Amino acid sequence: MARTPAVDQPIPANPADVLTVGGIRLPLWRRAWVLLAAITAIGLTFVLEDFSLFQLTNGCIYAIAIIGLMLLTGFNGQFSLGHSAFYAIGAYTAAIMMDQWQVAYFWTLVPAGIICLIAGFLFGLPALRLGGLYLALATFALAVATPQLLKYEPFEHWTGGVQGLDLDKPVSPLESLNDDQWIYLFTLVVLALLVYGAWNLVRGRTGRAMIAIRDNPLAAQTMGINTALYKSLTFGVSGLFTGVAGALSAIAIQFVAPDSFTFILAISFLVGLVVGGLVSIPGAIFGGMFILYVPNLTEDFQGLAWTAYGIVLIVAVYVMPMGAAGLVKMMTAKLIRR
Amino acid sequence: MTAIKTLILAAGVAALALGQVGCAENAPGVTDMSIKIGNTNPYSGPASSYSTIGKSIGAFFKMVNENGGVNGRQIEWISVDDGYSPPKTKEQFRKLVEREKVAFMFQSLGTPTNSAVHRYMNKKKVPHLFVATGATKWGDPKNFPWTMGFQPNYQTMGKIFGGYVLQNHPDGKIGILYQNDDYGKDYVIGLRAALGDKADTMIVAEESYEVTDPTIDSQIVNLKASGANIFYNVSIPKFAAQAIKKVHDIGWRPVHLLNDVSNSVASVLKPAGLDKSQDILSTAYLKDPTDPSWKDDAEFKQWQAFMDEYYPDGDKTNPFNGYGYAVASLMVHVLEQCGDDLSRENIMQQAASVKDFRLKMALPGIDVNTGEDDFFPLEQAQMMRFKGESWERFGALISADSL
Repeated sequence: MARTPAVDQPIPANPADVLTVGGIRLPLWRRAWVLLAAITAIGLTFVLEDFSLFQLTNGCIYAIAIIGLMLLTGFNGQFSLGHSAFYAIGAYTAAIMMDQWQVAYFWTLVPAGIICLIAGFLFGLPALRLGGLYLALATFALAVATPQLLKYEPFEHWTGGVQGLDLDKPVSPLESLNDDQWIYLFTLVVLALLVYGAWNLVRGRTGRAMIAIRDNPLAAQTMGINTALYKSLTFGVSGLFTGVAGALSAIAIQFVAPDSFTFILAISFLVGLVVGGLVSIPGAIFGGMFILYVPNLTEDFQGLAWTAYGIVLIVAVYVMPMGAAGLVKMMTAKLIRR
Repeated sequence: MTAIKTLILAAGVAALALGQVGCAENAPGVTDMSIKIGNTNPYSGPASSYSTIGKSIGAFFKMVNENGGVNGRQIEWISVDDGYSPPKTKEQFRKLVEREKVAFMFQSLGTPTNSAVHRYMNKKKVPHLFVATGATKWGDPKNFPWTMGFQPNYQTMGKIFGGYVLQNHPDGKIGILYQNDDYGKDYVIGLRAALGDKADTMIVAEESYEVTDPTIDSQIVNLKASGANIFYNVSIPKFAAQAIKKVHDIGWRPVHLLNDVSNSVASVLKPAGLDKSQDILSTAYLKDPTDPSWKDDAEFKQWQAFMDEYYPDGDKTNPFNGYGYAVASLMVHVLEQCGDDLSRENIMQQAASVKDFRLKMALPGIDVNTGEDDFFPLEQAQMMRFKGESWERFGALISADSL
């Protein structure tokens, strides 16, 4: 991790944060962007037809999962090829609660998050001894084991085995919104809350500790940071985000099956993370949309879908070596110089 | 100003909505010129040998269109790949129903895949017709009035095998290989039901596999080791071919009962090796293209001519191409019966009131009958044995009611 791109704004007082362009301070810009994004996101509810909205919902859900992975990989420097597992745990927690115990869908997010927090923390403990590629391998094992465990016969009563669980669609409580619009807005609210949470986390004391561990674990330890605890906790929080995303996906798709959570999904999260920018939360939203729409578009190349996807990926990485966030940053920097 | 604008807008929206109610008798996707029909098929993945069904249905509709369509409407057939993967099926169904706005779904293939959209279709009230799977759950009009099966159901097929075993090998020991889902389990339930009290003593081993498994070699070795002398092979083509080959290669010579979904000479027996497939038993409800007794049959010749003209790349020894042709002819019959009322309700109602329809390529004596509480269009089958290079039917036509 020698050349990890610098964090957006790790410390509020960082001189990099006080970019003044033509008398306008960057924080204001940021607020304008957030406002614009929020208006667009809400406006789309009433513009798009059901299926497009459903896709957008899924893009937002992926974005949440990618933020989870970002906390771990981008900010803490721990690799994971196994985030599909946390996504699956979250999804199945929600699905089983809804299917077996008739729990209302909105209540399932909290337990899904908590279970994934614990699972992530527990997995983070042994992972402490592993670094870099070895950790990647260990998490890889997690990703490939998950679909098989979900099919495992003794659990079939709960998981529905290979056929998964078919769930009822959440009903919109408002007359003026149809179910898909409602689910989209619901997802948007959860996304906004989690973005806010992640934003504050990485900009606070904890976030600084996470970044310090990533940049130089030894130095971090000498400064009194409990490296082991922070690393495991980051794993847990990362699991929480991804787990909530998984639960949301169960709610939005109303179907879970082992084949939804293959290793390809874990790789997709990684792709979204890299394409969006390793340490940019808005980048994660871009990444979420990328991993949703690009495979959908390349699907039209019958028989060569994955090849087309690969080409798009190579081009994306070539054009945006630091992710979409890096590209935006570079462009603004150029504009400012002018 | 804005208030007025809003009012005008609201009035406009209301007018649009009213206008739609006024003339929207027909299902979405239906115009005076065309009917949009959606479908998912495994064009990739472990069950891809079935993809020829989707292609032959497309060819049949092409023929219908060239001859003027159905009641003057052209059929627009949108068949997409789901890779036999349930989550993908769900996504494709939503895309077809909500974005493409198909009138209904027809012949979507696979038990696990259709299970993923069973509730969705019934909640949306979109006809989910003649699904390409024989699980019993597709014939449940009380709870799922929008879903209907097509082929004789798997429990019936299992019972036919059970009856055969009782009659010919009452002291046999049965080893079962089945796909771990409702499809595989239904076949086993049927067999067990027919064996009755003797099921537990006669069935000496059961091995299951997952669709995503690469091979079933170890299961076959286990079944042989169990001492079974009857092999009940409930698997889709890829695994059925592997099983036939493996059974032969390890020197096991059981009475081989092969489920009808994998009795294609072209995509199962040939890849496994015809020499290794001798004396395998299966069931049939359609005319198998390799059966020499159909050589001069008018209907069969019609099918061959159809294949030559509309699907020249298709394999004429593959019964899946006959299957696609047969089921498409039933679909066209139902649409004709609908007349000019192509509302989703009427399409479903007509599908449930087919009387004594002579299904193209079905065995003589098999007719299609459906009713309000009978969502099983086909309910008869006959047994057959593989000899040389073709299937030979034997025994009488067995009907589900008699079992």
